[in-house]
Amino acid sequence: MAKINMLQAINDALTIAMETDDKAVIFGEDVGHFGGVFRATSGLQDKFGRDRCFNTPLTEQGIAGFANGLASNGMTAIAEIQFADYIFPAFDQIVNESAKFRYRSGNEFEVGGITYRTPYGGGIAGGHYHSQSPEAYFTQTPGLKVVVPRNAYQAKGLLLASIRDKNPVVFFEPKRLYRASVGEVPDEAYEIELGKAEVVQQGTDITVLAWGAQMEIVEEAAKMAAKKGISCEVIDLRTLAPWDVDTVAASVKKTGRLVINHEAPLTGGFAGEIAATIQQECFLYLESPISRVCGLDTPYPLIHEKEYMPDALKTFEAIKASMKY
Amino acid sequence: MSNATSNTETVHRVSFLDKDSLSIPILKILQADGTTFENAVLPVIDQDLAAKIYDTCVFTRVLDERMLAAQRQGRISFYMTCTGEEAAVVGSVAALDQDDVILAQYREHAAIRYRGFTTEQFMNQMFSNEKDLGKGRQMPIHYGCEALNYQTISSPLATQIPQATGVGYSLKMQGKRNVAICYFGEGAASEGDFHAGLNMAAVLNSPTIFFCRNNGYAISTPTNEQFAGNGIASRGVGYGMHTIRVDGNDMLAVMAATQQARAYALEHNKPVLIEAMTYRLGAHSSSDDPSGYRSKDEEAKWQQHDPVKRFKLWLINKGWLAENDDAALYEKYREEVLAAVKVAEKLPAPKIDEIIEDVFDEPTPRLKQQLTELKQHIKKYPDSYPRSAGRD
Repeated sequence: MAKINMLQAINDALTIAMETDDKAVIFGEDVGHFGGVFRATSGLQDKFGRDRCFNTPLTEQGIAGFANGLASNGMTAIAEIQFADYIFPAFDQIVNESAKFRYRSGNEFEVGGITYRTPYGGGIAGGHYHSQSPEAYFTQTPGLKVVVPRNAYQAKGLLLASIRDKNPVVFFEPKRLYRASVGEVPDEAYEIELGKAEVVQQGTDITVLAWGAQMEIVEEAAKMAAKKGISCEVIDLRTLAPWDVDTVAASVKKTGRLVINHEAPLTGGFAGEIAATIQQECFLYLESPISRVCGLDTPYPLIHEKEYMPDALKTFEAIKASMKY
Repeated sequence: MSNATSNTETVHRVSFLDKDSLSIPILKILQADGTTFENAVLPVIDQDLAAKIYDTCVFTRVLDERMLAAQRQGRISFYMTCTGEEAAVVGSVAALDQDDVILAQYREHAAIRYRGFTTEQFMNQMFSNEKDLGKGRQMPIHYGCEALNYQTISSPLATQIPQATGVGYSLKMQGKRNVAICYFGEGAASEGDFHAGLNMAAVLNSPTIFFCRNNGYAISTPTNEQFAGNGIASRGVGYGMHTIRVDGNDMLAVMAATQQARAYALEHNKPVLIEAMTYRLGAHSSSDDPSGYRSKDEEAKWQQHDPVKRFKLWLINKGWLAENDDAALYEKYREEVLAAVKVAEKLPAPKIDEIIEDVFDEPTPRLKQQLTELKQHIKKYPDSYPRSAGRD
C-alpha cells in the first residue's frame, strides 16, 4: 500500500471512475491538459482523451447546467467547481435543477450521475473568496447529498462512492489538506458508504463531532483533553446530507455530552441542525448543553484567519466547559 | 498561443462597430395568401406530414381555448397558451427525429403533442391526479415524458439552455445520430444561463439547436426594454455559431430552417441558433392581463399574421385541404378534450406515500420517519386533510 496525499487519492478515484465507466466525463475550469489549479485531474486528459476530460469556459452556472444535461441523458458527470467560493453562480442549477430533476418529473428524468467536486475551507491565507465552507446552503436542499472527506484514504473511497451513487452529490474537498494529508491508500478500487458517520476514537466522557479538515483539529483537542483525564469519543460525520443520526445519537446517549465543530459561521451552520436533532433524540441523556465551536459570523477574514478559526484550543475549552457544566 | 479571433486586420483611426454592422435577413417562404415566394426553397414535406402538422395545430388551439376556459371556471389553477406561436413550435419539432431530445421552456406543448402525448396525459398532468407522469408535483403545463424524449418543464427560466448543451454533447459521446433542441423566449435570453449555454455549446462542439421564440414580450416587458442589440440572432454570430432568423409565423420557413440546422448540427457536431420572429397572441399566462401593457390594435394587427391560418391557406392551395374540412377536426378535439377533462378531474390525487418518493433514488430513514409522523397526524385530523385521509 502506497503512501500518497489527498490530491493523489482523488486523482486515483477519478482514474478508476473513468476506467470502469465509459460514460464518465470530467470537466471544469482548467481541468484539461493543465490538470486543474490544484492538479487533481492531472494526467487524465492524456489518459482518457479530450472528449472525456476537458476545459470548459469560465462559467460555473454553465458547468452545472451542462452537468445536468449530460446526466439527464445517462452520462456520469464529474464537474469541478474550482473553489467552493465560486459555486454560487451555479447555485440555481444545483438547487433548482440537479436536486429536483427526479422529483419534479416523477422519475421520468433524473441526474443522479452528477458529482460536483469543489475545494472548500480556510487555513491557506486565501481571504474570504478562497476559504469559505458553504456546505450548509446545500444541506437544506432535498435531493442533494453532501459529502466531506477528512484524509486521503477517506477521499478516495468517498469520492468513488459519490460518483457511483445514484443521486447528485456535492463533494467538498478540504483544500488545506490536499497535500498535507498523506496516508496509506490502497491501489485498488474501494468505496466508503455514504450516509454513515465514523467513530474514529472511542471515549466515554464527551462526544466531539466534526467533518473534513476540522477532524484533525478536534482530534488534537481530544488529545489535549485526554491529558486532563477527559475521554473523548470523536466522530467524523463524513456525509452531511443525509446524515447519520443513529451513530451520533448512540454516542451521545453513552457520553451525555456533545461538542460540534465546523469552520463555517455559527449562525445557520449545520451544527445547529445536529444540535436540534440530538436534543430531541437524547434529551434525557444530556448532562450539559450541546456546544458549538464554529467560525465567527463574519466573512472569512484574511489577516485574522488564526483568530477566526474554530481551532483545537477553542475546542478544548468547549470540552472542558461542557464537562464542568 | 494566439488569441482566437477570426482575422488580424488592423486600422489606424478609431472606428466603432454598431448593431447594424451585421445585417440579418429574415427567412420567409409562405406569403400571407398561402402561396410561396418566388424562388423560395421549400422544406421536405409531404401530404401526410402536412396533415400531422395541421392536426397538431388544431389540437393545440382547441386545448388552449378549452383549458383557459377551465382555468377561468376554477377547475385548474393555472394555464398558458401557445396561441400565435404554433408555427414556431410545430414547424421546428416536425423537422426533427423522434429521438432528438427536446428541452422546452413551457409554451411548447404543441411539440409534446406532436410527439404523441395523449389528450388523457395532458389532462392527468393539469389535474395533478394519480395518473400524472409527474406525480402531481408541478403546476399545470409542466409536462415531461421520457418515452417521447421531452424533458420535464422547469419553471426557472433558461436553466434548460446549458442543459441542452450537455444533452447534445452526451448524444455525440454516445454515437447517436441525434441532436438536442432547446426552446426559450427572448426574455429568457437575458439570463446568464443563455450566455453560458450557447458559449459552451460552440466551444465544446455540442450538436444542439437553440430555438428562440422571439414573441415580443416577456410577461409585460417588450423587446425594446429587454435588449438593445440586433435581436437574439446577432448573439449567435458572436458565439461563433451558425445562426438564422426566420419568420416564426411561417410554418414552412421554420421547418426549412430547422431541417437544415439539424443536418448541419449532425454533420459538424456543432450548435445552431434559430431566432423565430413571432407574437404571443394570448396573455403570458392565466394570471396575466395584457391590456395593461399593449393595445388591442397591436393584437389585431398580429391576428392578421395568424400562423395556423396561413398554413391552412397553403394546404388549400396545395389541394390537401378544403376550406371546411377542418370543422370536423375542431369539433372532434373539442369533444375529446371536454370528455378527458371530465375523467381526469374525478381521478384522485397520488397517494400521500408518494410525497417522499424521488427525492433520492430511495427514501432516507428520515424521510420515512417524516411520512409516518405525517400520516399519524392526518389520521388524527382527517377532516382537515380530505385529499389524503382514509386512503391507506
